[in-house]
Amino acid sequence: MNEWIPVTKLEEIPRLGARKLQAGDLDIALFRTGSDEVFALRDRCPHRGGPLSQGIVHGDAVTCPLHNWKIDLQSGEVQGPDQGCVHSFAVRIEEGVVYLDVASLESAA
Amino acid sequence: MKKQKLILIGNGMAGVRTLEELLKLEAELYDIIVFGAEPHPNYNRIMLSPVLAGEKQVEEIVLNSREWYAENRITLHTGDPVTAIDRKARQITTASGMSASYDRLLLATGSNPFIIPVPGHDLPGVVGFRDIQDVETMLDSARQYKKAVVIGGGLLGLEAANGLKKNGMDVTVVHLMDILMERQLDKPAAALLKASLEEGGLKFLMEAQTEAILGDQRVIGVRFKDGSEIDTDLVVMAVGIRPNTALANAAGLHCERGIVVNDTLQTFDPRIYAVGECVQHRNNTYGLVAPLFEQAKVCANHLAQLGYGRYQGSVTSTKLKVTGIDLFSAGEFNEAEGDETLVLQDPAQGVYKKLVIRDNRIKGAVMYGDTMDGSWYFQLLREATDISSFRNTILFGQHDLGDAGHGEETRVGMLSDEAEICGCNGVCKGEIVNAITSQGLFTLDEVRAHTKASASCGSCTGMVEALLASTVGEGYAATPSKKAVCGCTSYSHDEVRKAISELELKSMPELFDKLDWGTPDGCPSCRPALNYYLLAAWPAEYRDDAQSRFINERAHGNIQKDGSYSVVPRMFGGLCSADDLRAIADVADKFEVPEIKVTGGQRIDLFGVKKEQLPAVWKDLSEAGFVSGHAYGKALRTVKTCVGKNWCRFGTQDSTGLGVKLEELTWGSWMPHKFKLAVSGCPRNCAEATIKDLGVVCVDSGYELHIGGNGGIKVRVTDLLCKVESEQEVLEYTAAFIQCYREEAHYLERTAPWVERVSLNYVKQRVVEDKVGRKALYERFKLSQQYAQVDPWKARAEGAETHEFTPLSIDRMRAAS
Repeated sequence: MNEWIPVTKLEEIPRLGARKLQAGDLDIALFRTGSDEVFALRDRCPHRGGPLSQGIVHGDAVTCPLHNWKIDLQSGEVQGPDQGCVHSFAVRIEEGVVYLDVASLESAA
Repeated sequence: MKKQKLILIGNGMAGVRTLEELLKLEAELYDIIVFGAEPHPNYNRIMLSPVLAGEKQVEEIVLNSREWYAENRITLHTGDPVTAIDRKARQITTASGMSASYDRLLLATGSNPFIIPVPGHDLPGVVGFRDIQDVETMLDSARQYKKAVVIGGGLLGLEAANGLKKNGMDVTVVHLMDILMERQLDKPAAALLKASLEEGGLKFLMEAQTEAILGDQRVIGVRFKDGSEIDTDLVVMAVGIRPNTALANAAGLHCERGIVVNDTLQTFDPRIYAVGECVQHRNNTYGLVAPLFEQAKVCANHLAQLGYGRYQGSVTSTKLKVTGIDLFSAGEFNEAEGDETLVLQDPAQGVYKKLVIRDNRIKGAVMYGDTMDGSWYFQLLREATDISSFRNTILFGQHDLGDAGHGEETRVGMLSDEAEICGCNGVCKGEIVNAITSQGLFTLDEVRAHTKASASCGSCTGMVEALLASTVGEGYAATPSKKAVCGCTSYSHDEVRKAISELELKSMPELFDKLDWGTPDGCPSCRPALNYYLLAAWPAEYRDDAQSRFINERAHGNIQKDGSYSVVPRMFGGLCSADDLRAIADVADKFEVPEIKVTGGQRIDLFGVKKEQLPAVWKDLSEAGFVSGHAYGKALRTVKTCVGKNWCRFGTQDSTGLGVKLEELTWGSWMPHKFKLAVSGCPRNCAEATIKDLGVVCVDSGYELHIGGNGGIKVRVTDLLCKVESEQEVLEYTAAFIQCYREEAHYLERTAPWVERVSLNYVKQRVVEDKVGRKALYERFKLSQQYAQVDPWKARAEGAETHEFTPLSIDRMRAAS
């Protein structure tokens, strides 16, 4: 069962940027791409735990600020030759409001 | 959309490399079919010599396995050569009678060994040295027979001779000239090579012209023009290669020595491209692999319909792959009239190095015995670097150029497999060599991606390049002299900067559009560079793009490994008052700062501040009169000073006062890389001014200005720019130097490599000799400072960019709803 709750307005996330979202003890990174899509990943690089919300967003990927690992925003998968995966969460946008599926948080906790 | 059909004729290195480059750019554009005459998948032809010598197995030199073709949905037909091209019907037919149609055709038919048409050239036991089949024939002969003759004392011939010798044969090399490898070596180097090969057991017949190959059923000997004969059981013809143009010729494509192509690798039929050894480009044909890869890149770019990228020919270098022999050659190694030569000769150690110099630029190099610096000389050659400032030590090599801390380590060839090459990522030599051979890597970028070696601070780049060069021989695709900004474009830093000013590009989307950027919004390499270039070109108009800045510059603090930040308030010239110290102490108490440290640049660093706390910390600091210290940015960092004549008994000038003035002039300025200043009050130089980007050393009669130094990875001591008499001149010259660097250096290039690249003379000319130019630079710097000297901390303490520092919270949202 999905449980969508509004988390922010689209305009509150800078284009080609990110916001950190705190859900209890869990830090989530909300990314907004150049084409105004929004993705949510756990705010923790699988390499050395760098905060992905602080990275540079480009295309459908974010590059970790600590050691430049590149992570696909859609799948959370680390891009070529490095390996690993970040937990991703379901988001949708409706009339400029960003909703997060809190049911999907349970599995990450 | 229906996919177009692309056919590749020739399943070799150049053709398949083009496909790889194409797949990187556009994986879905074409249905691809490959026809190869040989029964093998694509293999590394330049590694045939080690296979012949028994140092490698055939399986080890395969570059693309059949699985690779399958994974990329490429249809591969091996052992079935294409016999005809029907350009009207856009169709090809093969030896087995198969036919296929194309929208685009790529010819990569390579070359054939040139077989001298003497009587007996078609006897069994006469082979070329070109493919796996030839190697197998040779190995087979080595098992059954004793004697071999190799005709041709060039690169290929000597490698063949060496291989046969290793297989136990008695080998004689026959050469028409009196110099071995005359296309790569001069006389002294060739003599050293010959002596060394003779010591290894090879025999030579120099200046011998073959008249006939003798034998009935099989070769039994060779006769020369002078009537002498020699017995042999095997003849290897290695006198050269000829571009294989037969198929193209028959199809009516214009061919001369090779298939003639333009700068986009198109033949006279625009649907048909050609790459590799079969082509003739601007009157040159190439038999080495590095140029072929450059061609592949450009050709793929056009096949992907991107339409930028031009192939403009290559300068090549050569290494001989004979174990135990180090030899390097590049460019015009035989001096022409008016050229100068620098020679280092040490017969006892078997070392010979010669550089051909024209107008203080390297035109050619030959090295024997010690080739460690070959790639360095080659780079200087391709980049046409002015060597006047280091020409008296150039023959001793790059490690003689103040490469502190590395010195002997650069001799990677002698290191054991366990030796650590990349200190940042802990990668040792064995891992790198293994990755290069097992993954078929050819470029520095590929090695970085797979091993992480040289991917962090870059100080081991030279060693990794040397490893690449020694592992793959001439297959090593040396970093091209024109370096593209990143993978998103083929334009270089200089070209982009020029376009920004000439086309008046004032925003990033405009730039992406006008310069046909390959990605919709760039990548983490190009965006910060472009943001800087736009800012430097249009200080008044360009709106800084926070999302194109690395996090430190976006958050105006240094991100630490735990995600917290460090805060360094500016203290002009390193001076401070008791009140300043109290204010910093109060902030540290109030925000429970876990650690305080004095920095190398004479400032105070507060560690472990949470990002959310930053605006409040800055507010308190700002109220106490502090501005940002920019310790986090590619920006003016600090002006370090010594005590100066107010207190010091040796001081000649007011170094602290001058330091404060310099910092007041320059703070807030964004730079291509970090920029540090220092002022020492006397030549004892307590402020370490001679390892700064710009250092002032006060003397009794005035001020010496030193430039282009840095500590860090590779220590470089400054060069003396000039001496001036007044403080006002110090300020003006400093600003002019900074502005010249800001306007012309590449992003992430510190002053040290920049000064080495453009030469000290050039900087002197711009900043010292050209008075009008200096004034103009000074004025442009002051103009840009009007916009740059806005304290980013104060602005954020007052509410700018709040979203950057305030996390969202689900619990808060829930409570609100």
